[in-house]
Parts: sequence; structure tokens; C-alpha cells
Amino acid sequence: MNSILQIFVFIPIAGFFISLLIPGKKEGILSWVAFFTVGLHMVSFLVFLVYWLTHGRVSLNLKEIVLFQSKDYVFLVDFYFDKITAVYLLVGSFLTFLVTIYSRYYLHRETGYKRFFNTILFFYTGYNLTIFSGNFETLFIGWEMLGISSFLLIAFYRDRYLPVKNAIKVFSVYRIGDVGLILAIWASHHLWHENITFLKLSNYTLVHDHLLSHTFIGAFISLMILVAAAAKSAQLPFSSWLPRAMEGPTPSSAIFYGSLSVHIGVFLLLRTHPFWDQQISVRILIGILGLTTSIIASLIARVQSSVKSQIAYASIAQIGLIFIEVAAGFENLALLHFAGNAFLRTYQLLVSPSIVSYMIREQFYNFVPRQHTIEDSWPKKIEYSVYLLSLKEWNLDLVMDYLVWKPLKQTGRKLDFLTLPILFAMFIPMYLIGLFSYFYQDQLPTQIHAYLPPFFAFIGLIMVLKSFSERKNPVMSWFLIIMNHFWTVLSISFNDHFSNYEIAFYLSGIIVSGTLGYVCLMRLKSREDVIDLNGFHGHSFEYPRLALVFLIACLGLTGFPITPTFIGEDLIFSHIHDDQFILVFLISSGFILSGISIMRVYARVFLGPHIKTYHELPYKSS
Amino acid sequence: MKTHHSSFNEKELLHELKHFLPAQAPLKDFIHHNSLHAFQHLKFYDAIRNASQIFGYKVSLSLREYRDMYKKNQINSIILEKVIARRKGSQHISSWMEKMINRSYNTSITPRIGSIRSNWKKEYYIDMDLLIHPILFRILCSYLDQGISIWGFPVMHKGFLASLREIEKNSYMSFFKTSRAKQFLLQPNVRMTDLLKLVVGDEALYNQYLFDQQFAHQGWSGMVSVVEDAPQTLSDHRKISLHDLIIFELLLEIDALDQKFGPNWAPLSNRLNLKSINIFGEVPSTDLSEVISLWQDAFEWTYYDQVLGGIQIEKEAAPVQDHKSFQAMFCIDDRECSIRRYLEKTDKNCETFGTPGFFGVEFYYKPEHANSFTKQCPAPVTPKFLIKEIGTRSKNKKDVHFTKQTHSLVRGWLMSQTLGFWSAFKLVSNIFRPTMSAAAVSSFRHMDKYSKLTIEHKPNQSHHHEHDLQVGYTVDEMVTRVEGLLKSIGLVNQFAPIVYVVGHGASSVNNTHYAGYDCGACSGRPGSVNARVVSFMANHPQVREILRERGIDIPDTTQFVGALHDTTRDEIAFYDEDILSKENTERHKTNDKIFEKALDYNAKERSRRFESVDSSLSPEKVHEKIRERSVSLFEPRPELNHATNSLCIVGRRSLSKDLFLDRRAFMNSYDYEIDPEGKYLFNILKAAAPVCGGINLEYYFSRVDNQKLGAGTKLPHNVMGLFGVANGNDGDLRPGLPYQMVEVHDPIRMLFIVEHLPEVVLETIQKLPEMYEWFINEWVNLVVVHPKTHKLFFFKDGKFEVYSPVKQDIEAIEDLFLIFESHQENLPVSLVN
Repeated sequence: MNSILQIFVFIPIAGFFISLLIPGKKEGILSWVAFFTVGLHMVSFLVFLVYWLTHGRVSLNLKEIVLFQSKDYVFLVDFYFDKITAVYLLVGSFLTFLVTIYSRYYLHRETGYKRFFNTILFFYTGYNLTIFSGNFETLFIGWEMLGISSFLLIAFYRDRYLPVKNAIKVFSVYRIGDVGLILAIWASHHLWHENITFLKLSNYTLVHDHLLSHTFIGAFISLMILVAAAAKSAQLPFSSWLPRAMEGPTPSSAIFYGSLSVHIGVFLLLRTHPFWDQQISVRILIGILGLTTSIIASLIARVQSSVKSQIAYASIAQIGLIFIEVAAGFENLALLHFAGNAFLRTYQLLVSPSIVSYMIREQFYNFVPRQHTIEDSWPKKIEYSVYLLSLKEWNLDLVMDYLVWKPLKQTGRKLDFLTLPILFAMFIPMYLIGLFSYFYQDQLPTQIHAYLPPFFAFIGLIMVLKSFSERKNPVMSWFLIIMNHFWTVLSISFNDHFSNYEIAFYLSGIIVSGTLGYVCLMRLKSREDVIDLNGFHGHSFEYPRLALVFLIACLGLTGFPITPTFIGEDLIFSHIHDDQFILVFLISSGFILSGISIMRVYARVFLGPHIKTYHELPYKSS
Repeated sequence: MKTHHSSFNEKELLHELKHFLPAQAPLKDFIHHNSLHAFQHLKFYDAIRNASQIFGYKVSLSLREYRDMYKKNQINSIILEKVIARRKGSQHISSWMEKMINRSYNTSITPRIGSIRSNWKKEYYIDMDLLIHPILFRILCSYLDQGISIWGFPVMHKGFLASLREIEKNSYMSFFKTSRAKQFLLQPNVRMTDLLKLVVGDEALYNQYLFDQQFAHQGWSGMVSVVEDAPQTLSDHRKISLHDLIIFELLLEIDALDQKFGPNWAPLSNRLNLKSINIFGEVPSTDLSEVISLWQDAFEWTYYDQVLGGIQIEKEAAPVQDHKSFQAMFCIDDRECSIRRYLEKTDKNCETFGTPGFFGVEFYYKPEHANSFTKQCPAPVTPKFLIKEIGTRSKNKKDVHFTKQTHSLVRGWLMSQTLGFWSAFKLVSNIFRPTMSAAAVSSFRHMDKYSKLTIEHKPNQSHHHEHDLQVGYTVDEMVTRVEGLLKSIGLVNQFAPIVYVVGHGASSVNNTHYAGYDCGACSGRPGSVNARVVSFMANHPQVREILRERGIDIPDTTQFVGALHDTTRDEIAFYDEDILSKENTERHKTNDKIFEKALDYNAKERSRRFESVDSSLSPEKVHEKIRERSVSLFEPRPELNHATNSLCIVGRRSLSKDLFLDRRAFMNSYDYEIDPEGKYLFNILKAAAPVCGGINLEYYFSRVDNQKLGAGTKLPHNVMGLFGVANGNDGDLRPGLPYQMVEVHDPIRMLFIVEHLPEVVLETIQKLPEMYEWFINEWVNLVVVHPKTHKLFFFKDGKFEVYSPVKQDIEAIEDLFLIFESHQENLPVSLVN
């Protein structure tokens, strides 16, 4: 019975690839493919579900494909099915099915009809991979797909400024979550010395024994999981991304940010529950985070004067409560709450335009100027202060800006003196020296040897920082990212035994997608006078194909699971020892930032309002 | 437009700003108007050229679109040559043809607005809009909010700035990040010029700077300006002014600059050598602008020409019916054009009329249990009468999904686990079996079918006046209105036993612009109340008596019946059927069937544009699908509203009776013989020019620049405070029409076709300068049909010139339905019977 699980992952993948082949003008066929894919998926799952329910409801695990194997490292795709998967799949397939039908007519004649259905199916594939995942690695593949499909759906109206800006913003927050997950994977490699499956995690005594001897690393893993879950589920301090994600067509906002995507953080907690369940302090932390979020988010929801942001914050508040339920161990209640919240918010978002006629009619027939709210009984000064604070969304954006983005940008700006010639002049010889010393590393003093990995990783990080804050040359930004990967390889080579096979495995994707992206940029440069990173250029208007190819190159370079580099990334981390926190910090920061920097290059060059004004152009403020 | 002043005059500037900002009212009062109303004192082509250069609007189709149409023969080459010959002289035809068809032009637009303020980003490396807009919009929206937020703006009675000051003063938090802006806000008499001095520096630049600033978010500024001038347009009134908005925005700018540079930064003009330009200086015409205007003329006349060819054809004089089955009055609305054709086709003995859908009765309407009232006449009119609804039977349905409890923490917790599953069920039923729900708007709900209306004024009763409004009309007042109505449409004798007065409204769901779908002549409300009111008046025995004295003899056997046509669902409801005599009840039963059949046909004709309906089904089946579609949550086009409108025909029905005009014509019945001096014509044109012209131009501009003058696609729209829509969370309000409303619209100006003597028409349109402006400045085109000779006269530069259509042969079509089943695009004018 186990092998049936792969069917549920295979159906959406097949649907996605078929949908890519259909010409954009064929609305009927496109929507039919989506409808059929999701419908078939739902029906076959329902049949399976009945069978499963009547046959003992045992958790299923399927060791599927070994993608990479070396002496002490295996990367395998593993599927798992239990009650949690069942509920998430039931809700997910039901809502996606309805939304595909809904969108079939709703998006009629919209430019990007094809893009929309492609992305929906891509999302659905990622969603299924995530909820069927049997280990962290598989989950991470799905997780990344969800991140990219979110980016694409938020920036669906790619010719406008705000959607593109917000897409990058949300992507950046997701990226922070990603690094939580990467670090959790890294630490758990060291804890278990294998790719632990979720099935094994539910073995109480096994987990118990391991945690006893590794309290710190256990807490670290749980904490990283929590970061990932909080980012994806818009808990504090990340909450403000959710209302800003509502830039796409209403049905996509409804299904993604009203229901499925935003509850994936909860899923991660539920899935890893057997692991952190035994750490009381972690459970308390999750509970506190949920409680604080739900209180603050519902205060913010109370002052929202636009429909979608009100629903967004109300939903965040409920997810906060779900976090508490999960922390308290009420798994069934959390699942019920998830399903109810998902349905409710999806429906509310879908009917949100109706609120105008509904409320105006209500007011016309039954008008009460202003209702007395509980806050009116507070002392005036408190009332005004809390109101103002909630109106400013508790300065969550500012806090994130001050803590994370501003320092990064400022550090990057300090590197403004680095021009392309200087970079080449300084770092290529340096790299050669590094390479040279690698071959003669036996002769290096051990004290120096120990400092080299973090040093090289640090140089890599500088490359990324420079790329991230580069305002002029996209080609330079692109190059710096590629160079970062080379520095990382060098750093790891010094750190541990990193075989040539592994290096080739890792760099193959980088080189191919790096070259592809470079060719794209040069092609564009040869036809357009200016392409810089100071603002958006919207070249996808004239070069939609080039934009698509470049996007694929970007995905390859970010280590998205389309090239071996994806596994290579995991490999890299497996070569970082469990006490090397500085190194792991440097390399993981490099990963987050390079991802953001790459999407930034893509967005600034190809998305946003077109710089040419011979056609209809939206205002920047729209 | 004022000429440029070097010294700054705040009052003048505010006035000028308000003049140019979008004038769209909140959603509930959506009324169509010319998007470029501020340029209406100029000739059309001069106006659009200026508007384009000043504000960066795209004001016509693109050159490529015109050229494509020419290649596909959608622009006639003979007409193109005629247009060039008329405007440029026949010796220049070939040189202009060359330019129009082959020459390449740089068509990019660099607007004057925004040039100064862009220096913040270029020279100071500060993205002012990004820093200020989100918080500014959120504060504005919360202040103006009509009931979305649960916890409303804590202070609001004092005016915008004063309320902010009050909160700032009594709070541990601040609107600002730095202290200087805060101090400014706390001063009760903070002056705009002081702030401008600080931010801009050079006084000569103030005007331009503020235009740049306000037009960076013209949607919000426009809304503030509208609410300032007409506070009653929000049911929960707010005091706000453009002045307050500007002050607050300047403070936010100072705050942003202080935050970035500390307190010492130089005003914009000190650091840069900026020359003030006269933003409203005349924009010279260029080859490109000429080419565009020639194309547009040719495009318009290609269409006008076939219409005029059809109008000119002598139709067989219909044999005078001494036995008419019924007469029906409809609104002039272009959507009623086809239903009239089907009624006449289904029952050869009936007769239809068109007149503005408020039927000459202007009043406020107050539904039972309502706390306020709503205007039921054209927007510029201020009625003195109030009509009240009493004795209703139905109740409003509620939908818990819109309630605020779902957004609070604890109740939300309970509701998401209970109501949430109900939502899932509702979603399924809504997608697979759409039905009328509380979320939907239905025109029939505007007034309860079985209610009574207080139409006759009874001075002796208590409550004969409310809010300075007279409840109901006196007999004399009724007579004036009925007489005016009947004479203006030329219905003064040969009354049929039943005269239907059919108002119209629309149904839709998930439609924020719902008010724009109802009757424009009733201020965006369904016309049911007006239809009932005027029928009551015309049935009133005393009214008939006086009318008889004035020469309008309505037989006692004739009865008027009010009705409402729902243009989305193609359904009709009749009111007060119980007053009908026995004979008329029988007749009405027969007529009802005829209406039903005509509505089925009408649904079939409309369905040809709808993707979701298979037009080849039988009319009844198609009609069923159309009804379903009107309440489907996922249908962004419940109906196409005024899209493709292009004509306004004022004259007898015989002018257009056998012509297939594809629902593109506003039609106002008018008989020149009854009105030799053009007295009624004046009233008709006075209303029709701004109303029909306004609708037409709003469609025109929303179509040619859907991003800047339209609202863009409606799919991502987010409702802001119940009064406007924006994209996403932090966007500017989007005035204008959404893409889904205008995509099938051909942007051509309206052609008025008036049946009368040219000299009478000329005199009539010149009576009122505001009305004359529409014609002389060519915002609408005008052709007069001579009632006797059928000669056509085209109005140009204050004179009439004879026009003879190029296309003389109009195709006759046997079976329209075959065409409906296979064609989605605009159809040519043809003859049908």
C-alpha cells in the first residue's frame, strides 16, 4: 500500500508539465488540465482515504528514491502518510479544486491566464510534496517550491510596482524561514547521523535517548523549526508580510494566503511534534509566540479599514491560537481549527468584493453611525496609543528593517568601492592562492588551517553582500553570486574531506545556470541601452521569453531543486561539523542572501513598470 | 486654467488642484462622468494632447492598433481619404497617408507632472513615495472608513488635521518618527507656506511641487477632494479637506527627511538648479498628434457612416395601427435598445418609447426602515420631494460571513471551527449552483413589490414634510411632470389600453462597481420607484382631467403600469397590477408572455459576448444560464453595462426601427412636430449631452488608458473603507472603470443624431453654454436628420454641413440568431425586420 503514495505526488507534477505545453490562448484546455489534475487527485485520494480509514489507519512510510549516495551521506526522497497528511490533503485538494473551477471564468481574458494555472499547479505540486514528505530533505524540496510559487503569484501583475516589491519582500521573509529549516536539517544530521525520517521521529524512546545526551542541539533544532514555521505562518515578528501578499487575483490570495500556504508553518510543527514534544521549554516558547501573535494580530485586525488586510490579520490571530493548541498537544483540535480557518478565510476572501454592496445596504436600512467598542472605555491616552500602534502594525516592518535589512544594506554600501576590475584584481589571485594552498595544505600550520574555512566563507559572504547592495550593474551582481559558491566550495574543501565528485555535483548546477543567466543578461544588454539595478525596468514586457529563461537560471543558481546543486547544498552542510557555529552561520547567511539577491536582480531587470512609456503604464502607487 | 504666477496663492492652487483631480464619488454613488472634465473648455483633440503631455495619460488607441484596424478594413480607406481631405486639403492626401500608414514615430510620453519631485530619488537618494504612501493611505483610509474596521478612528469630528493633532497630543505613540514634524502638527495654525519653504525652498516651485505630490496618488487626493465638497456622499460623514491632506503629507515628508539626514538638509531648490515650468502651458501639436487625430476621425466615421447610411434609408411607412396592443416606455439606456426591438418583433402592434429612466419625476426615496434616503433622478438635480415606502413584506437577508465577529480573537476561534465548515459548503454550492444570496445585489430588492408609496402629497396629514422635503406631489405638480414626459416623447394621442413604464436596474455579486450598473438617470439606483410613481400620476383621475384641458386626452380605458427590467438577468417585474381593469388584466396576461419571450430573445442576443454561455442553445435555455451567471461569484462580467455605446438617437422610432444597432445606441423618443420650437428638445439635450456623453467618455478614457484613467483589472482589487478600491494593501485608490467593464468597448466619441430642422437644433444647443461646449468642442459629435427630406447635416465649427454617407447599401439580415451564435465582435449596422 505504501507505494500508492507516490501517485499522489506524481499526478500534480504530471499536470504541471502538461500545462506548460499548452499555448496561452487556449483558456479552455488550460483550465481543464488544472481542473482534471486536481479533480483526479482529489477523487483518487478520497478512495484511498476510505480504504485507509477502514484498514487500521496505520502511518505509511515509503522510502522512495535515493538521489545521491556517498560513503557517509545519503540523500533520499521519502514519503509519509498519516492523519495530519490526510487532513491537509483533504482541505488542500478540496480548496484547490474549487479555486481552479472558480478561476476558470474569473480569469477569463486576463493576460497571464496560462501563467496563473501553471503556477497553481506548481504550487499544488509543492504542497503535496510538503505534506507527503517523510523526511526533512523531501519537505525542503516542497517548501522551496511553495516559496517560488508564492513569489510568482504575488508578482502576478508583474507590470506594477507594488506587487513586485511585495513579492520580493515576502520572498525575503520566506528565505529567513528557509534558513531555519536548513539549519535544522544540518543539526539533525549531526544528532542522528542519518537522514532521519519522520516515522523514526515518532519513536518516543529513540528521541528521548538522543535528547538526553544532546540537550543543546535538540533545543537548537526545535528553535530553527520554530523560526521556519513562524515565517511561513506569518507569526511574530514576520506577520506584516501576509496582508502584503494579497496582490494577485483574489482567488489566488484566497487559496494561498487565506488558507493553504499560511498554514504550512502549522504543518511543520505538527509534523515535527514528536521531536520537540519532549522539550517543555520549547513548547512554552511556541505557546507564548502563538499567544503574543494572536493578541497583537487581532488588535491590528481591529483597526484595518481594508477588507483583505482585515481578513489577513484575523487569520494570523487564529493561526496564533493554533500554535497554542499544537504546543499544548491538542493535535486534533489544531487540525480541526486549521480546516475551519482555511475554509472560512478562503470564502471570506472570495466574497470580499461583495462587502461593499452588503454593508452599504445594511447601513442604508439600519444605520448606526459609530459603534461603541471596548477600547472606548480605556483611558484616552492608552486608547489612542494602542490605536496608533496598531495602525502602524506595531512597527513590525520597521523592526525587521532595522534588525535585518538595513544593517545588511549598510554593510553592502561600505563595499561600494569594489568595482568589477577591483574585484577581479583582488579576488581572483586570492582565490588562486587559496586553491594553491588547498593542494599543498599538508604544509600549512594547523592553527592557520583551522581558520581558513570560516575565512573563505566570510569572503564568500562579502561577495553576496556586495551583490545584494549593488545598485548599478546586474552582471556584476550575478558574478558575485557565482563567486560566492566557489568560495564556499573552497571553504568546505578545507574543512572536511570533500571529494571531487561531490564538488562537481555541487558546482555543476551553478556553472550551468550561472552561464545561462550571464548569456541572458548579455543578450539583453546588447539590445537595451541601460540595465541597472536602481529601480525596476520591466523588460519582461518586450522580452517575455528571455525573462522566463533567466528565471530558470535564477532558480538554478539559488539551489532550487532543478539542478544537482540542490543536493549539493545539503552536502555542503553535512561537511560542517556540529561545533562550527561560525562557519554554519556564514554559509547559511550566504545562502539566504544570495537567494534574495538573485530574485532582486530578476525582479529589477525584468519586472515592474516598463521603463519605456509608449504604452499604458500603471502609476507607481498602484 | 490660470496662467502661471511666480508668487504662491494657496487658495488658487487648491482650487486648481481640485479642478484636475479625479472627481469620482464613493462607490455607492458611482456616477459616470468625463474623465478629462477639467479640459472640457478645449476642443477634444487639443484637450487630449494637452492632458497627455501634462499628466502622462494615454489618450487614444496606439498607432499600431489604428494601423492594424486599417489593414483589416475596420477603418475604411475612402473615409480615411475624406477625413484627410477635409482637414488637410485634398492635395495633401498622399503625404498624410504616408505618414499615417508607414512613418515611425516615437510615441513615448514624458509627462510634466512629477518632474520636480522625482529629484528626491535622483539627487537625495530617498524614495519619498515608498516611505510615505503606505502610512498616509492607511491613515486616510482609517479616517474615512465607512464601517470595515471594528475599532474606528478614535477622533473624527474635528476635521482631519485637528483629529490627528488630538491623537498626537494624547498618545504615547506618534504618527512620526522624529520630533520636528510632531511639533509642527501640534501647532494649531501650521501654515502650508512655512512647510513648503522648508521642503521646497523656492516659492516659484510650490505650485508645481504640490501638483507633483498630489498626482503621485491622484486616487486618494481625488477622493478627499470629493468628500470635502460633498460630505453627504459618505453616509457616515467626515470632515476633511485637501488642505489638511497636503499639510499632513508635507509633515510626513519632513519626517522622512529628518529621519534620513538629521535636521539639517537643504530644501529641494537650494541644492538643485530647478527652473519652474508652466505645467499648463500650451502643448504644441505635432505630426504625431495630428496623425492620431486623423486616425481617430477615420475610425469614428467608418462607424458613423454606416449608421447614417442606415438612418437615411426611407423605411416603409408602417401602416398606422388603430389598434395598439400596448405601449412601453423604456430608459434611453443603450442596454434597452435590443429589448425594444424584440418587443416590436414579437408583437407587431405594440409601440415602444425611450426617455431618461427617471421618467421626469425627481425625488428622494426612503425605503421603509431606512434611516436615510437616496436620490432618484440625474445627479445634478436637487429634488424637493420625498417618496416613502410603506407596508413592506420582505426582509433583508443577512450573511454572517460579513460580520465582524469572525475577525475577533475568541469569537473568531469559535466561528472558524463552526462557521468555517459552513463556508466550505457555501463555497461548493455557490460554484456549482449559483443562487441569489445575501451577498448579491438585486435590483428588485430596491423596493418591495408589494409595498405602497406615498406619492400624493396630503398637506393635512402629519409628516407631510421631512427634512425640508415635501412628501409626495400635489396634483398640479403631477400634471406638469406627466405632461412634460408625454410631450417630450411624442406620446400625446392614440394611447393603447396599457402603457408600461419600465425602469431598469441590474443584479450582480462580487461587484464593487455595482452602482454603475443601475440606471444613470436615477443617480445609479434602479428606476423601479420612478416607474411606479409616474404611473400612479398618469392614472390619477384629476391629473387626467387637467391633461385633457391641455390637449392630452388619455382614454379612461388606458392604464399605466410601472415595471422594472433587470438588465443583467433579463427579468421584469410589474407593479400595482391589481389596479388593472378586468379587460386590461386579460391583456396584461397576454403582454406578459410577450415580454417574457422578448426577454428570452434579448438574453440570447446578449449571450454572444459571454464566454460561459453557449449561445447556440434555445433562447429559454440561454436565458436560464444568463440568470445563473448574474449571481455567480466567479463572474467578473455579470453584464457588459454600457460597453460599446456610441450613439444617441433623438427622434421618432421610425428613424431606427428596422436597424440593427447592436445595443450601441441611447435612444430618446422625440417628435419634432409636437415641439416645433425645440423646447422639449432643449430639455432632452440638456440632460443627454452630459449623461450620455459622460458615460461615453468615461468608457473611452478607461479603455485607452486602463491603467491611469481606468481602474485596471478588477481581479486583485481590495475594498478600501467601503468607498473605493485599490490594488493590494498599500495601493492608491483606483478611480475609473475596471478592465472587465471596458475591454470590448471601441473608443469612439458619441454621435448624437437628432431629428429636427438644423436651424432649430443649432438654436437649441446654443441656449446653454455648458451644453454647447459639448458640441462645439467636439466631445460628442452631432448630426441632424431633416425630418422631411432625410438629408443629413453634420455639425462642425458652429455650422451645419451636408453629409452624404459613403456606404449606401446596408445589408439586410434574415436570421440574426445565426450570427449571434458565431460572432463575438461588434456587428455592422444592418436591416432587420
